[in-house]
Amino acid sequence: MVGIVLVSHSLALAREVAGLARALAPRAAPVVPVGGLDGTMGAGLDKLREAVHAADQGDGVILIADIGSSVLTAKLLVEELDDDSVVLADAPLVEGAVAATVMAGAGAALPDVRAAAEQALTTGKL
Amino acid sequence: MDARFFGAWMEECARVVHEQRDYLTRLDAAIGDADHGNNLDRGFTAIRQALAESSPAAPGELLTLAGTTLIRKVGGASGPLYGSALRQVGKALGAAERVTLAELSAALEVGLQAVRRLGSAELGDKTMVDALAPACATLSRAVTDGIKPLEALRLAADAAEQGAKDTVSMQARKGRASYLGPRSIGHQDPGATSTALIIGALRDVAARSS
Repeated sequence: MVGIVLVSHSLALAREVAGLARALAPRAAPVVPVGGLDGTMGAGLDKLREAVHAADQGDGVILIADIGSSVLTAKLLVEELDDDSVVLADAPLVEGAVAATVMAGAGAALPDVRAAAEQALTTGKL
Repeated sequence: MDARFFGAWMEECARVVHEQRDYLTRLDAAIGDADHGNNLDRGFTAIRQALAESSPAAPGELLTLAGTTLIRKVGGASGPLYGSALRQVGKALGAAERVTLAELSAALEVGLQAVRRLGSAELGDKTMVDALAPACATLSRAVTDGIKPLEALRLAADAAEQGAKDTVSMQARKGRASYLGPRSIGHQDPGATSTALIIGALRDVAARSS
């Protein structure tokens, strides 16, 4: 199954979003929350790399970040890994996490999981 | 310019960022999250420690180590942005033990491209690009015109400073300040300001060693 890494400034937020996504997905995909990247001595990139390893089951990993430096750090890691099986979604954290978890839980491949997450960026609520 | 020169540059950055820490943080408090001075101060202090522990013999290796250290130690946007810029400058300089001003100019251009790519920022977005891009362009032109290194670096530092000042009238389109929309106008961008300090440090180190 495709693994999902949720990146937030706040670890508490990332954990709660992961919990929500798992609760809303019929079958559990690996969802790894990572956060507190702004903390003192925050080893952002290293923490994120560990999270990607933890989420990786061999079918690829999608990262979904909240704002600002979470996005920059995720972008930097994806660039550094230079591996097509690790991608950063252009998606909002909550909606993207739920969409990706549902899709990954259904056994979809990485491009479809990414498309589902990114669709959340343009789908209106009203 | 050798590794000692670039080590001295990083030292001078650490000194001036520490000295201007509260000023940078005040600028950031107006339109950002008030962490820029502290983050950079912590980052350059970490670079100073890393260089004290292992001092690479090549300028490129030294700057790569400095960049990696910034990425590891600094939260906020400045760690990844300045870190990848320094790392790319270092990689572009390679393993040569001495580099010319023309080589440094070309490497700084690579660093600028890294910042633009990572931050998806263009000129006029009220970011560090607004100081770094004019500094790189000015330095490149000075090199082409055959201007002496010290004078070329002085022109580049002036361009960075002017670029930072020019951000006052801009509306932020990147980072936390962009949420403020037109309210971000009238404030100098902290990232552009710290970039001007860093290029100014390069000029000062060159002046001292000439």
